[in-house]
Amino acid sequence: MKDKRLVIYAVISVVLLLSPLFLNAYWVDVLNNVGLYTILALSLNIILGHAGLFHMGHAAFYALGAYTTAIINTTYHIPILWLLPVSGLVAGLAALVVARPIIHLRGDYLLIVTIGFVEIVRIALVNNVFGITGGSNGIFGINRPILFGWKINKPWEFFYLIWGFAAVTIFLFNRLENSRFGRALNFSREDDVAAEGSGINTAHYKLIAFVIGAFWAGMVGNIFAAKMTIIAPESFNFWESVVLFMIVLLGGRGSIRGVILGAFLVLGLPEIFRQFATARMLIFGAFMVAMMIFRTEGILPPLPRKYPIAKMLRREGSA
Amino acid sequence: MTTLLSLKNLTKRFGGLVAVDHVTFDVEAGAIVGLIGPNGAGKTTVFNLITGNYRPDEGDVIFDNQSIKTLPTHKIVSLGIARTFQTIRLFHKLAAIENVLAGCHCRMQSGSLAAMFRTPAQRHEEHQALQTALQELEFVGLQSQADQLAENLSYGNQRLLEIARALATQPRFIILDEPAGGMNNQETAALIQTIRNIRDRGITVLLIEHDMSLVMEACEQLVVIENGAKIAEGDPQAIQSDPKVIEAYLGTDEE
Repeated sequence: MKDKRLVIYAVISVVLLLSPLFLNAYWVDVLNNVGLYTILALSLNIILGHAGLFHMGHAAFYALGAYTTAIINTTYHIPILWLLPVSGLVAGLAALVVARPIIHLRGDYLLIVTIGFVEIVRIALVNNVFGITGGSNGIFGINRPILFGWKINKPWEFFYLIWGFAAVTIFLFNRLENSRFGRALNFSREDDVAAEGSGINTAHYKLIAFVIGAFWAGMVGNIFAAKMTIIAPESFNFWESVVLFMIVLLGGRGSIRGVILGAFLVLGLPEIFRQFATARMLIFGAFMVAMMIFRTEGILPPLPRKYPIAKMLRREGSA
Repeated sequence: MTTLLSLKNLTKRFGGLVAVDHVTFDVEAGAIVGLIGPNGAGKTTVFNLITGNYRPDEGDVIFDNQSIKTLPTHKIVSLGIARTFQTIRLFHKLAAIENVLAGCHCRMQSGSLAAMFRTPAQRHEEHQALQTALQELEFVGLQSQADQLAENLSYGNQRLLEIARALATQPRFIILDEPAGGMNNQETAALIQTIRNIRDRGITVLLIEHDMSLVMEACEQLVVIENGAKIAEGDPQAIQSDPKVIEAYLGTDEE
C-alpha cells in the first residue's frame, strides 16, 4: 500500500520534472503559476490547515515579499536571490505584528480581520505609501534572478527554480507537520481548551504558524517579482487570497498532497477548459459545491501520522 | 506532611451569581482528596479556578508555596498541575497515542526549526516522548489501542485516555473531574485501583465524583461544598454522619 503510493508520487514527480521538454512555453508558464500557488497554498496550509485559523489575507504577505524585493532590487540593485530571505523576514515580521493582537480571535472574526488586512495592504500600495510603491502602476524593471552564474530568464528556467523551491518546501513542511510543532497546531485546532489544559501555549503556536506561513509567502513574492519583472497592486487583491483559501479547502486541510492537487485543479482546470470560457467558471463552481457536500475534508484529506509503536513495543518485550 | 495546594478565600462571581464563595482548604502532598457536593454546587468552577481557566475575583491559589492565580493554564500545567475534564475533551480525530503526546508536549523543547532540520536532539526527544506516551497508555491499560482514533474508544476508555494524557505532563498534582462518569461497576473498581496507583507514583489527587462508593473507598479526605461555599471537611466516615452534609444532599424536613 505504502509502496504503491511512493511509486505514484515518483511517477508524478518524474513526469512533472520532464514536462518542459514536451510542453510549449505557454503551458510551462501555466505550470510555473501552479508551482507558485502550490508553495503559497502550502504556506497557508500551516495556518489554515494545521492551526485551523481562518486566514483569508495571505495575499498581503505575498505582496509584502514581492514589493520588498522589487523596491530593494530596483533602488539598490541587490541580486534577487539574496533578497529571498529578506522578503521572507519582512513578511514574517509583518505577520508577527499584525497577528499578535488578533490571534485569540476565532473562526469568522479572524476571517473578517484578515480580509481587512489584505485590503489595507492593497490600498496602501495603490496610494503609493512613502512614495516607494509606484501607486497603481506598480514597480517595473525588476532584475532576473541569477543562480550560480546562470541567469534565469525563460519559462523553463523558472520552472526548475519554482518547482525546486516547491520540492524544498514540501520536504521541510512534511518534517514540520510530523513534529512537536505540527502536533501542537493540530491540538489547538481540535480543542483549544484541552490543548491549553495539556500544557500547550496555544497562542504562541498559532502566532508562530502565522509567522512561518507569512515568511514563506514573502519568499514566493520574491520569485514572483523576479518572474514578472513588473508588479502591481492588482496581483495581490482579495481574490488571490480567496483562491489560496479555496486550494487548501478543496485539496484537504492539513494535507500536503491534497494542497498540491488543489493547486493543480484550481489553476490548471480553468486553463484546460479555456475554450469553454463562458461556462468554465460555472462548471468549476458546481464542482466546488459538490465537493463541499460530498467530501467535506477535501479531495485528499491528511493521512494519520505514523509512529513506530509496534517496533518500540517489540524492543521493550525482548529487553 | 507538607501542604501542596492551598485555596484561600477563593471567590468567583458570574454576574450576580456567586459560584464559588470564600472557599478555603488545603491539600496535603500525597493525599487523595475528594471534592463533593450537589449538582451546581460549584465544584467544577473550583477546578477551573485552580487550573487558570477562570480567574478568581477574590482569594488566592497557592501551589507549592507560589501563587498561581494569575498564571496562564499552560504555565500551571508545566508547574505540575494536570487535569481531566468533566465532559470528555479529547482530540477526537487524532490517535490515542497522539492524545497522550499532547501531554508530553510541555516537557519537550524542540521547536519549528529543529523539526525542519530534524536535529539529533529533536529526534532523541521525539523518541523519548513516544516512549513516555506508550508507558502512560500502558499504565491506564490502553496500550493495545495506541493507534486507534480517540473517538473510536469506549466511553470508559476515553476517560482513561484523558488520565493518561494528564499523566504524560509529569504532574505532581492531578485533578480528576468525574473520572467515573459513564463507567460501569467493573470499570469503576479498576479506576479506584488506578487512582491509588497514581498516588503511589507520588502524585497528589484531587477529584470530583458523584459515585459515592468510589468517593468513600478511594478518598482519604473529603471537602463538601454547597451553593459555592464549603460546608464540611474531614475523612469519609465523619462526612457521612455530618448533619449539614446529609441536609445538603437529602434536603430538610419542613413540617
